[in-house]
Amino acid sequence: MKEPIIQLTGLTKQYGTVKAVDDLNLNIQQGEIFGLLGPNGAGKTTTILMMLGLTDPTAGTAKVCGYNATSNPILVKRKVGYMPDNVGFYHNLTALENLLYIGRLNGVPENELPDRAAGVLEIVGLTAERHKKTAAFSRGMKQRLGLADVLIKDPEVIILDEPTLGIDPVGVKDFLALIKNLSRQQGLTVLLSSHHLHHVQQVCDRVGIFVSGKLLAQGDITGLSAQLFGAGSHITSVTFEQAVPHPWPLETELRTWPAISHINIHENELETTSSKAITAALVRFLVDKGCNITGVHQKNYGLDDIYQKYFESNE
Amino acid sequence: MNKRSPEPGPFSIMVHKEMADHIHSWRLSILIALIVLTFTASMYVSLGHIRSAVADTKDPDHLFLYLKLLTATDNSIPPFHVFLSFLAPLLGISLGFDAVNSEQNNGTLTRLMAQPVYRDNFLLAKFVSALLIVSTLFIALALLMIGGGLLFTGVRMEPAELLRVVGFIAITIVYVAFWVSLSVVLSILFKQAATSALTAIGIWLFFTIFFQIVINLVVRAVMPDPAYLTQAELIRYNDVILNLLRIAPNQLYSDAVTTLLMPSVRSLGPVTMEQMAGAIPAPLPLKESVMIVWPQVSGMLAATAGCFALAYSLFMRREIRS
Repeated sequence: MKEPIIQLTGLTKQYGTVKAVDDLNLNIQQGEIFGLLGPNGAGKTTTILMMLGLTDPTAGTAKVCGYNATSNPILVKRKVGYMPDNVGFYHNLTALENLLYIGRLNGVPENELPDRAAGVLEIVGLTAERHKKTAAFSRGMKQRLGLADVLIKDPEVIILDEPTLGIDPVGVKDFLALIKNLSRQQGLTVLLSSHHLHHVQQVCDRVGIFVSGKLLAQGDITGLSAQLFGAGSHITSVTFEQAVPHPWPLETELRTWPAISHINIHENELETTSSKAITAALVRFLVDKGCNITGVHQKNYGLDDIYQKYFESNE
Repeated sequence: MNKRSPEPGPFSIMVHKEMADHIHSWRLSILIALIVLTFTASMYVSLGHIRSAVADTKDPDHLFLYLKLLTATDNSIPPFHVFLSFLAPLLGISLGFDAVNSEQNNGTLTRLMAQPVYRDNFLLAKFVSALLIVSTLFIALALLMIGGGLLFTGVRMEPAELLRVVGFIAITIVYVAFWVSLSVVLSILFKQAATSALTAIGIWLFFTIFFQIVINLVVRAVMPDPAYLTQAELIRYNDVILNLLRIAPNQLYSDAVTTLLMPSVRSLGPVTMEQMAGAIPAPLPLKESVMIVWPQVSGMLAATAGCFALAYSLFMRREIRS
């Protein structure tokens, strides 16, 4: 197995008596899209700052692209593109001038610079606005320009801090699709932090749930739900045309099914909890018995439930 | 740039950008306009007055035409160097008060620091760009003054005069540098640009107006009645007061500049009769004048370096977030 491109070991940051980040261990492989998920103030930004050497960890090390971020921040920053939340630009300069400045600071040769800038502006879709002053930019446009900023240095790793904050739903979708495409096409490693579950769910290969400085769980979404709710947690609910009569002959029959652990009947709804996915068999059985079914729903655990569950257990 | 690479390093790119920002800003345009205006006004007055000033044989400095241009006045307005002693701080403050905090508030600081540049380059670029602009401004003014004087009077400039004018410009630049570095420190300390600007202006006002008053009050309270003191004690007290006054940077500046621009100034402290006995009221050679102002110049340099070092230590390990 290859050496992980981001390797955090025992990373801790203490502000006074408050531990913002507490003994964080995390490995991210090259080409992965990793979502750092947590509520506000969980220590996501602090973790990211430590990865870039912008703040010093109290203990532990952050290794990015093989370099220690605390002692070698310049080498790390050459390979990592970071888009802060609330990314700001020089208002008195145009989008293109802002971009060129960052390009120059990254040592992009002057003869390649115009082409490279035009290229990344094209990718993020700001070609038409390139001569506008950034003071007039909307939040979404700033976010896009921030991404262009990150891309112009041709990074190996992209770190995005709350990239979807404050953009409208359509904008979010486009933005996330853009990130996913970039990662897949150019083999970029992406670390994005968010407190917005659905956005993370859309693009990330793996997520880490981060609450008050601790990484509570990490893995892909199916893995996480299995880890959290156990294997025996398939919920199927069936809705009938009419209300279910109270002493229901079929209920006793269903209770004999070995997979079903729990049956709940409420008016015209039947909800079963089982250790296996039994939806198809259940529906066939009910239809055979002459029940009129109007709806079937098999519940899958999404990040929402996972997140919620972690909060419950944490409070 | 030590490395001979075809591409400029991050430092020169940053200086370049900072200078462009300054030049495009209204703030600097207004201050330059103000300084050019006072320069023109004082030049106009001294040109009108120059004939009588040069003809005044009782004044040992009367032959230094170009120094007279800078210092002569008919008392309707103060000479240029006095104007500068309170305009230069304003210039320095305006160039530095929002150096760091405005970038932090705009979110550009994080973005900048995420690039492969050293943090000290950022501070240094702020400082150097301000100084380059100030130096350009003052050198241009001095050359204008020399050229104009040559054109109007046709008198050749003495090398000693040129060196004195150059010294005057250099000291002025150091003086502005002190205020730039002080305001950069304040811009790191305070999150709001307005707070740091007001604090800097407060410090400036304190030193220009209140410092002397405070010292006088304290001295009056502490010092015994001069009538009961011997002369030696009186001189010692006087020395203490002068040294206290010299804590103020504008006092250092005006001491240094006056000595350079008026070659007949022999001492900045009290002079006893014995010391004066046998002295001919003649201008000092440049070297002697420089010797007199050397403590002042090194004091200003030390204050500038101290402020800058403080800015470094505050900024280098600070956490950058918007």
